[in-house]
Amino acid sequence: MSYLSIVALIPLAAVVVKSLDNGADSFWNAISSPQAVAALKLTLIASVVVVVINAIAGTLVAWVLVRDDFPGKGIVNSLIDLPFALPTIVAGLTLLAFYGPDSPVGVNVAYTRVSVAMALLFVTLPFVVRAVQPVLLELDREMEQAAESLGASRITVFRRIILPNLAPAIIAGAGLAFARAIGEFGSLVLITGNLPFKTEAASYFIFSRVESDDPAGAAAVSVVLLVVALVVLLAFGWLSKKALRHEE
Amino acid sequence: MRTRKRLLAPLLAAVAVLAMLVVASGCGGSSTDSASAGEEGGGKLTLVAYSTPEEAYKELIPAFNKTPEGNGVGFSQSYAASGEQSRAVEGGLPADVVEFSLEPDITRLVDAGLVEKDWNQNEYKGMVTDSVVVFMVRKGNPKNIKTWDDLVTGDVEVLEPNPFTSGGAKWNIMAAYGAQLEQGKSPEEATQYLAELFKNVPVLDKSARESLQTFSSGKGDVLLGYENEAILAQQKGEELDYIVPDQTLLIENPIAVVNEAKDPNLAQSFVDFLYTPEAQEIFVSKGYRPVVEGTAGADKFPKPPGLFDITKFGGWDRVNSEFFDPEKGTVAEIFQSQGKSTESG
Repeated sequence: MSYLSIVALIPLAAVVVKSLDNGADSFWNAISSPQAVAALKLTLIASVVVVVINAIAGTLVAWVLVRDDFPGKGIVNSLIDLPFALPTIVAGLTLLAFYGPDSPVGVNVAYTRVSVAMALLFVTLPFVVRAVQPVLLELDREMEQAAESLGASRITVFRRIILPNLAPAIIAGAGLAFARAIGEFGSLVLITGNLPFKTEAASYFIFSRVESDDPAGAAAVSVVLLVVALVVLLAFGWLSKKALRHEE
Repeated sequence: MRTRKRLLAPLLAAVAVLAMLVVASGCGGSSTDSASAGEEGGGKLTLVAYSTPEEAYKELIPAFNKTPEGNGVGFSQSYAASGEQSRAVEGGLPADVVEFSLEPDITRLVDAGLVEKDWNQNEYKGMVTDSVVVFMVRKGNPKNIKTWDDLVTGDVEVLEPNPFTSGGAKWNIMAAYGAQLEQGKSPEEATQYLAELFKNVPVLDKSARESLQTFSSGKGDVLLGYENEAILAQQKGEELDYIVPDQTLLIENPIAVVNEAKDPNLAQSFVDFLYTPEAQEIFVSKGYRPVVEGTAGADKFPKPPGLFDITKFGGWDRVNSEFFDPEKGTVAEIFQSQGKSTESG
């Protein structure tokens, strides 16, 4: 517990205290300015979209990695974690080289809202994959075989046997991915263009407040992100538990 | 066999990471330790500066080491965005000498009691190099950009870092604003011009360096920036030309000794050295305009007829509160009014 306090709780509490430096009024002003609201909205909507996509795609990737065999599987398996290791600013640069004006594949989404989602998809990919993979490995195949032998179609097996077993892991992974997405900064900076009201994410807005010597305003918007993250993580934790109980 | 396979995967992953890092090389700050001749115990100086002068200091420090005062002095150097460096020193980063891209970053340290109030009382008002705001354009200037008016026509894309994250970007905006006043327009018309200008800005990068990166990646027709950065980019083989507009702002980069310096005299002697003809010529070779009159090579810089400096607007304090207050400043208001129209549109 004291370890938790030193590493996380005290710094987080300090952010909250800092946000109230200039009183509750300026806290409210900071988070209700049109630019702040637009940035928060963009971040939250993009994060939800990205988490939904990665929950589905990530489960599929985990499935392929566990159930299928193909040459180079070990390598692909290691590659999944790379978005974690890569400094996010480098991720942004790489994405820009690929999906920017000079794109070798002819896709130019840089400086649009799509680019926000692209960057977030990239950095949050590992979460669901890594949460689902071990559960899938442990999953008792006899259950599936039993269902099939009783005449269940493959879809029914997936819906009634596999999905309920994986649900807690998918939800837990999605929760982490969401928390990561709303705070993401580095990979967005280069590729989104940071236009206020258009492609400016909350994290960038916070950064601009720091650079404009308004640390209290920056902390205020951060607190909003923290609260959202906390609520989502609690809700997902509850859902995940419920899904577990359902299984028993 | 199995062990070999297990080893192979992480190895390949590492190679992939390295490949990506190569793509990205050349971005971000850096810091270096050089104790070139430190053996003789000639002291040590910590230099904290903004990014661009790094190239100049690569030659300035060895030159200083050749002088009697600088003999055997080791240097620890750190380069990054001006505002970040200033905040880091304010927060406790040890520094003996600081050089920033604009005065408010020194003022922050004066307010924190780290730099003496009289830091700007020398002959050069505390400034060590000058530059001007220019238009960087594609090789051959295909869009024929010459004047400030050319930037607000319909089909020109202008790149410009975000003034709320890049202190240096404020120079560009005040140049654009002041150029309108120089041409006899009213303050209202000049503000209107800024609004027109921002309509043509498709990307607001975090810093001047990232703007240059965006420009080299093929985005935009004009990049607003400093003459010395344009010259440095050309020296590094970047395919661009630049135009010095008839009306533009004189950029002045301040330097100061931190009063907690371990050896204030040594720090001061390094700063003094930077004003010698030799040092100023090194700055000139890297694209800066010298502050010391009569420096060799200074005549290569064009003298625009409408050159003005920041005092035209009453100094940085006033500029920051009038134009760059994040809520009520002129530029913030322009962003807000344009943001509303882009959101509904």
